[in-house]
Amino acid sequence: MECEGNYVKAGRRSKEEKKVFRKQLRASHTLLKHEGIRTTRQPTKSLVVANGGLGNGVSREELSAVLREMGAMENLVMPPHKPFAFVTYRCEEDATNAHTRLNGQKLLCAENSVVLYLSYVNSVTHQKAVAETLPQGLVLVEDFVSPEEEAQLLAAVDWSSAHEDVSGSAQKALKHRRVKHYGFEFRYDNNNVDKDKPLPACLPGECLPVLERCLRDGHINIMPDQLTINQYESGQGIPPHVDTHSAFEDTILSLSLGAKAVMEFRHPDGRVVAVVLPSRSLLVMKGESRYLWTHGITPRKFDLVPACESQSAALASPDVRTQSGLTLSKRGTRTSFTFRKIRHERCRCAFPSACDSQRTTSPSPASPPSLPCCRADAALLEEEYVHRVYDAIASHFSSTRHSPWPHVCQFLNLLAPGSVLADVGCGNGKYLGVNPELVAVGCDRSGALVQICADRGFHAFVSDALSVPLRTASCDACISIAVIHHFSTQERRLAAVRELVRLLKPGGQALVYVWAFEQEYNKQKSKYLKDHNRDSSPTQNSSKKTQEPHGEPDTQRHSYYPAEDKLSVHTNRTAFNSQDLLVPWHLKEGNKQDGKDSSCRLSSRTDPRPGCDSSREATHNPDSKPCSDTSGCSSAPVFHRYYHVFQQGELEQLCSQVAGVKVKSSYHDQGNWCVVLEKDPSLQMI
Amino acid sequence: MKLLTHNMLTSHVKGVTKGYPLLIKATEVKVNDVDFNPQFVCRMIPKLEWSALVEAADLLGHRQDLPSELVPDYEKNEDFLKKVHRALLEVEVIEGCLQCPESGREFPISRGIPNMLLNEDEV
Repeated sequence: MECEGNYVKAGRRSKEEKKVFRKQLRASHTLLKHEGIRTTRQPTKSLVVANGGLGNGVSREELSAVLREMGAMENLVMPPHKPFAFVTYRCEEDATNAHTRLNGQKLLCAENSVVLYLSYVNSVTHQKAVAETLPQGLVLVEDFVSPEEEAQLLAAVDWSSAHEDVSGSAQKALKHRRVKHYGFEFRYDNNNVDKDKPLPACLPGECLPVLERCLRDGHINIMPDQLTINQYESGQGIPPHVDTHSAFEDTILSLSLGAKAVMEFRHPDGRVVAVVLPSRSLLVMKGESRYLWTHGITPRKFDLVPACESQSAALASPDVRTQSGLTLSKRGTRTSFTFRKIRHERCRCAFPSACDSQRTTSPSPASPPSLPCCRADAALLEEEYVHRVYDAIASHFSSTRHSPWPHVCQFLNLLAPGSVLADVGCGNGKYLGVNPELVAVGCDRSGALVQICADRGFHAFVSDALSVPLRTASCDACISIAVIHHFSTQERRLAAVRELVRLLKPGGQALVYVWAFEQEYNKQKSKYLKDHNRDSSPTQNSSKKTQEPHGEPDTQRHSYYPAEDKLSVHTNRTAFNSQDLLVPWHLKEGNKQDGKDSSCRLSSRTDPRPGCDSSREATHNPDSKPCSDTSGCSSAPVFHRYYHVFQQGELEQLCSQVAGVKVKSSYHDQGNWCVVLEKDPSLQMI
Repeated sequence: MKLLTHNMLTSHVKGVTKGYPLLIKATEVKVNDVDFNPQFVCRMIPKLEWSALVEAADLLGHRQDLPSELVPDYEKNEDFLKKVHRALLEVEVIEGCLQCPESGREFPISRGIPNMLLNEDEV
């Protein structure tokens, strides 16, 4: 036990020393359990410093300062977002010295203080950051303007006047930043500009030399006519968004003045690239980086940046990150000048999934589709209004789906250990790990969602629920949770159930959940309706209004609710007025993922439990939350998903048409209709 | 794609009658460290198509001497279970494709994920 060797007298430890030793031991266990870092009692040259990590708000400078006092340091590795760091000294004596003197010591940092626990390690497991490349079409030019120009440009902005001021610009204080528009006002209500209503104020004259240089250097080939100035205080940011295609031409210029910040670019497939925007740099967004990737700034007070100041562009050289490591950079006030050219014709970019000019799933579909009348039409409708949407919203969708529904878990937990389970339409895989005794595989139509499953270590593949590439009668159980309501004809919904049953072994069971037309059952409103008051501003009145054109639902309770010729767009968190409809999804991409480790202390860390979140995620509904922060996410796009919501008895009726299976039980669960099917045990394998 | 998944997958191209097992054409294979749970592996074995697993592991160079025929009393044989564990859960095809043995149709595997989507005319 006396790993401190000569430095601590055996058997005569004070109470305090014992406490430190206990905590250090616990830290070692946690490191091994969660990070696979094996510590050793035998002194070596390298130490892992628990709690001394970037993820704990400790900067490289702060940690380095105390470690350096203990001896000659050879290397300091600070993995991003982690609550620990590795230090290697030139010789073992120095490492031992650091171990003795720093273990259990409090380190005072700018924002907080942490207690360090040190343990020896044989080797520094330093996973090299994957060399990221900039999104296609993105260029960062450092030192594009001189400090003098920077001062002139900043002085040209008059923040003192409100709204449309004497100078004729338009100013707004948004929740997370303040903005000013020149040339044309950007409207946050429809994410567009009034192209025939130019503002009295053109672009300030101070911008001209800068823009001329952009022209000369070939960054643009036409002069911009719109300028938006954003000012961010430390801790402020802008939600991820794609600048509206129909509003602006291809190239978007963004000049960063004042403090630097990290901008995150996100691809719909889940890739995230963080780009450091140094002061006085110019960011040029073209092509894919302008049309497809979202960009945003996470509201926080510190950024993770490469430690080497001179090469501050995070990706200037792929080696920068790995060689010099990362540190924290405190944010100051940053002012950005975004120059854009108003677009006067439809956008014809190569990214229709993100293009409001080309996509019919735009905020208010110009012509909503009709219900399909043939198979080809149905496939097209689902492609456009289901598959593409899930791919586009995958990461946001996944971030709102961490809590498995209790009744589904109950079904999974009752299955015999070793049972083979297929989750057809597995989404982000939240059911694949519920019962670890099962052999669980998942599939989903959305590659982006399957990627999330794979990243979590689950067995998953991309496939359609109508044609699942699994052997017939190979599964002890199947689940289909919130999937079959996305098929747009009765024939296809039936085919989906049939395919599930095909996968089952004789005697095997399937659990099917679909969204219910009846969101109020046994006088109980579903959480979907209840949440209405919590997070949306539209009142009951507005929902009534949308029902009117469709007659009086209450008098028609038992007949089928046909969609009008065109599918209607559902108002989130209101009662349904048709069985076939388009449900809006307000995209608001994951701020949650960022910096979540910063509050995580190694010593108090528990198993990550995706299922123990707030009641909000426990909501039983397959739908998004309307956005309450209008200023924050107004620039995020809205997508529409097709649903066929089931009436009472309809799901049972559907399943009864499939031979060789019987409905074992059915129930209503928070606005969903659910059935448990059992394949005839006497059926021989086909 | 782990070989467990491969063991369950079959070709589902229209008209194909013998679509199993899929042929693996791997260009990148990784071996992960996965916690060994002998009981779990034990329970899984009867659910497997044994010969398909051995074939696939052999093809990827991770057969370890797994026999073509399932040995009796494997429940007690920890060494054997460890090998099955490795083949089933630790070996992962990152890049490559799966090929239907009958129609020759290839399904890409990218970033570890098989894409088994068919075109409209193949369903």
